[in-house]
Amino acid sequence: MLFIDYSSAFNTIISTKLRTLGLNTSICNWILDFLMGSPQAPAYHLVLEGILILWIIRLLFSKTYKLQERSDLTEKEKEDLIEEWQPEPLVPPMSKDHPSLNYDIVTGPPSHKIIVNGKECINFASFNFLGFLDNERVKQKALTSLRRYGVGTCGPRGFYGTFDVHLELEDRLAKFMKTEEAIIYSYGFATIASAIPAYSKRGDIVFVDEAACFSIQKGLQASRSFIKYFKHNDMEDLERLLKEQEIEDQRNPRKARVTRRFIIVEGLYINTADVCPLPDLVKLKYKYKVRIFLEESMSFGVLGEHGRGVTEHFGVNIDDIDLISANMENAVASIGGFCCGRSFVIDHQRLSGQGYCFSASLPPMLAAAAIEALNIMEEDPVVILIWFRFFIFMYDLVNKYFQIDSYSAVKSVIGEVYAPALHLQLERSSGSRDTDVRMLRSIVDYCLERQIALTLARYLDKEERFLPPPSIRVVVTIEQTEEDIEKAASCIREAALAILK
Amino acid sequence: VPMPRPESFENPPMYVAVMTYLGFGIVTLFGYFRDFLRAVGLEKCHIAREREEQKDFVPLYQDFENFYTRNLYMRVRDNWNRPICSLPGPVFDVMERVSPDYNWTFSLTGKTIDDVINMGSYNYLGFAENDGDFLKTVADRTQQYGLGVCSTRQEMGNLAIHEELEQLVASFLGVESSMIFGMGFATNSMNIPALVGKGCLILSDELNHTSLILGARLSGATIWVFKHNNMQSLERLLREAVCSGQPRTHRPWRKVLIMVEGIYSMEGSVVRLPDIVALKKKYKAYLYLDEAHSIGAVGPTGRGVTELFGLDPSDIDVMMGTFTKSFGAAGGYIAGKKELVDHLRSHSHSAVYASAMSPPVTEQILRAMKCIMGLDGTTVGQARVHQLAENTRYFRSRLQEMGFIIYGNDDSPVVPILLYMPGKVVAFSRAMLKRKIGVVVVGFPATPITEARARFCLSAAHTKAMLDQVSTTHFELDS
Repeated sequence: MLFIDYSSAFNTIISTKLRTLGLNTSICNWILDFLMGSPQAPAYHLVLEGILILWIIRLLFSKTYKLQERSDLTEKEKEDLIEEWQPEPLVPPMSKDHPSLNYDIVTGPPSHKIIVNGKECINFASFNFLGFLDNERVKQKALTSLRRYGVGTCGPRGFYGTFDVHLELEDRLAKFMKTEEAIIYSYGFATIASAIPAYSKRGDIVFVDEAACFSIQKGLQASRSFIKYFKHNDMEDLERLLKEQEIEDQRNPRKARVTRRFIIVEGLYINTADVCPLPDLVKLKYKYKVRIFLEESMSFGVLGEHGRGVTEHFGVNIDDIDLISANMENAVASIGGFCCGRSFVIDHQRLSGQGYCFSASLPPMLAAAAIEALNIMEEDPVVILIWFRFFIFMYDLVNKYFQIDSYSAVKSVIGEVYAPALHLQLERSSGSRDTDVRMLRSIVDYCLERQIALTLARYLDKEERFLPPPSIRVVVTIEQTEEDIEKAASCIREAALAILK
Repeated sequence: VPMPRPESFENPPMYVAVMTYLGFGIVTLFGYFRDFLRAVGLEKCHIAREREEQKDFVPLYQDFENFYTRNLYMRVRDNWNRPICSLPGPVFDVMERVSPDYNWTFSLTGKTIDDVINMGSYNYLGFAENDGDFLKTVADRTQQYGLGVCSTRQEMGNLAIHEELEQLVASFLGVESSMIFGMGFATNSMNIPALVGKGCLILSDELNHTSLILGARLSGATIWVFKHNNMQSLERLLREAVCSGQPRTHRPWRKVLIMVEGIYSMEGSVVRLPDIVALKKKYKAYLYLDEAHSIGAVGPTGRGVTELFGLDPSDIDVMMGTFTKSFGAAGGYIAGKKELVDHLRSHSHSAVYASAMSPPVTEQILRAMKCIMGLDGTTVGQARVHQLAENTRYFRSRLQEMGFIIYGNDDSPVVPILLYMPGKVVAFSRAMLKRKIGVVVVGFPATPITEARARFCLSAAHTKAMLDQVSTTHFELDS
């Protein structure tokens, strides 16, 4: 071992010299003690420490090194890049005669006799199923509310935007649907689109029907969950997916214990006008332990003995459905939407539903109109039975015309017998969606000429997950008479013959 | 260009921050203790439970998700969701609620607290009114049209009055064209995805509203956040975006969209619009301005922040706003160049899938806007805009004299007052209600943890006496 002895390294310092430099005696003594008293140290120890100190000094003074930084761009180059960059225009150019640019203009109220583009027609296009749009009682209640509360609520529910009318409407809806609690939203689209992300988060699994409407798709997109589509109304396909998930769960039981699962279906599908097989779904729910969310915008007020929707129609216990969501813009002819179910489920939305917490509440007059509409529905359930007859009549009539005709089956009728909004699709597509849409539009124009107001079913072609084929929407309401329906059916038939030859 | 008015955002003193954290810490510990007691069965559990038949399903809520709600929020939730039973004007009637079990359930006593001064509703120009004369046209429309529309804009829901309103909004703002929607929140969440998509970049202010954040997320674009109203932060991000392009591939961005609000409702700050317009022109970005709180409320004639700063409205690419606050109705609009609005007419989610605006609500906006513009032949509208500016100046200067820490720009009718400690905030709200003044208090998680605040929203309908009463009561309570 090589030792270096320091004690004699500083022998030559003369203590007196230190004092002449002006240092205090005690300090001098301390310095001398320190230098003389240094212990002996092995050489390798000193060498290592020396290297370490040099390394630290190097690190302290070297430049920091970032991997991502494009450190080779000079200021001039950056300026050039900024000047050269050409973004896309904010909106792509559009041709003037794009079909969805020119709206049909309705002058006056969209009631049974509607004035479209200047012509008075019979309304077969608005979702005014129970005729509450023209109802005098509803209007009077709304006017009373207007005289008391004004129009807007000027705040969200949390900040003095909760009116006694809202509480009353929630209460009435809960009682009507025979659930524990209901929650109101100020816009129909936002209802299910806010409800889904409140419960289903990243990592959860949702099984959805392919024909689900756009607001459900937006809700799913906002939730960031895993989405599994099953074929429309195909319970076997759904069971297959559920079984696959079960096998997946067995592989990873810890994860499975915290992954929530949901099935989302509509009572009456707006895109295909048929009903979901609810009893089968409830069986699957208990077999595979999945919760059910039911969207009843089209079926609320329409199906079931009292208009309570598809649960009443099938006789399913309403507590078996975890959440029922509906908008009040169809049968109830107001604005807004609601969710109802057990308090355990619904109360969560009061803090987590984005469309509820961060948006102004429903104007009181619209809530008052909805309450009155509910009153009428409860008083007079016979109202529901009357138009059942109409739907069946309409369905038969259209089918009859199309079956006996030699140019038959150019169009087929899509929808259940008791669905109030049917779709008329082309039996054989021409091959291009644009041509199909144009043909259907000419049929609609033909009918508008002859005073029947119809509309094309509108979709966002690029945004829909499973784009439905082009179709004409036909809506049957309680205000139409048998003559109206006959007239409409014959008009459509004439149009089809004239245009589709 | 007029000089921007001063803004102030003082930081809390150190001891206050420490006390706040301590307070939260203690309450959290208590929360764990109470959860334990509930689990053991020593304390009664008020929370709703899952059905017996579904007990073996995966739990719908995780315990920790609801910890805050169960233990902290429940104790103080009587300060929010207070039901009222009158017009939300300058004074209103609050329904009395009692709770026998520390806010787990409420019951209405049937009595009302009358004539409470309303400092919480967004009623900037006082159009929340129920005067029969003023509302005559609205009543007529209700009688004629009914309440709903039962269809979408693209199908059978495009009424002539909607088109009339759109033209009026466009001329109000000084732009080419506009489009209206039935819900303010949905205006953002349904139209931002129609404007930007994958491969685009959104530069969003730190304190943007939830609807803007939701719209940005649904669009699929990349989102970068810049510090609140901080132009250096924004410029740095813009330079980075243009020079480096998309992450990893370095392809150039398709579009860059800057999203800001006119007045931020939690801070009371006004956006630095001239700086942002200069930056956007330099870097060729697009600007989306959400004037939910500022339309009708700022500017010499109530045209919003563009007028406040004396800018040309065509500099803003997308002008968005809502009708809920200054116009006393509901709904929103987007305005700008004709190409923009035409694109939205065919591509907006709202036009295709969501209900059109209700006719009486449309009429209310028409009459309110005509009033502000002076088209109804009176000067009532202009008087209200001036009155609001007066009230703002007066109230802010009084509170500042009294020594309170107020946030925000001197021009903004939203006045947040910092109270910091959660306990203080709760006591303040309850005490003010006892003295018949209704205020809004906000705490964590809507604001940073140490910055709980009370927020006053001024209205043109407030009289000087009311403002005096509010400020003196506040002063009394504080001392």
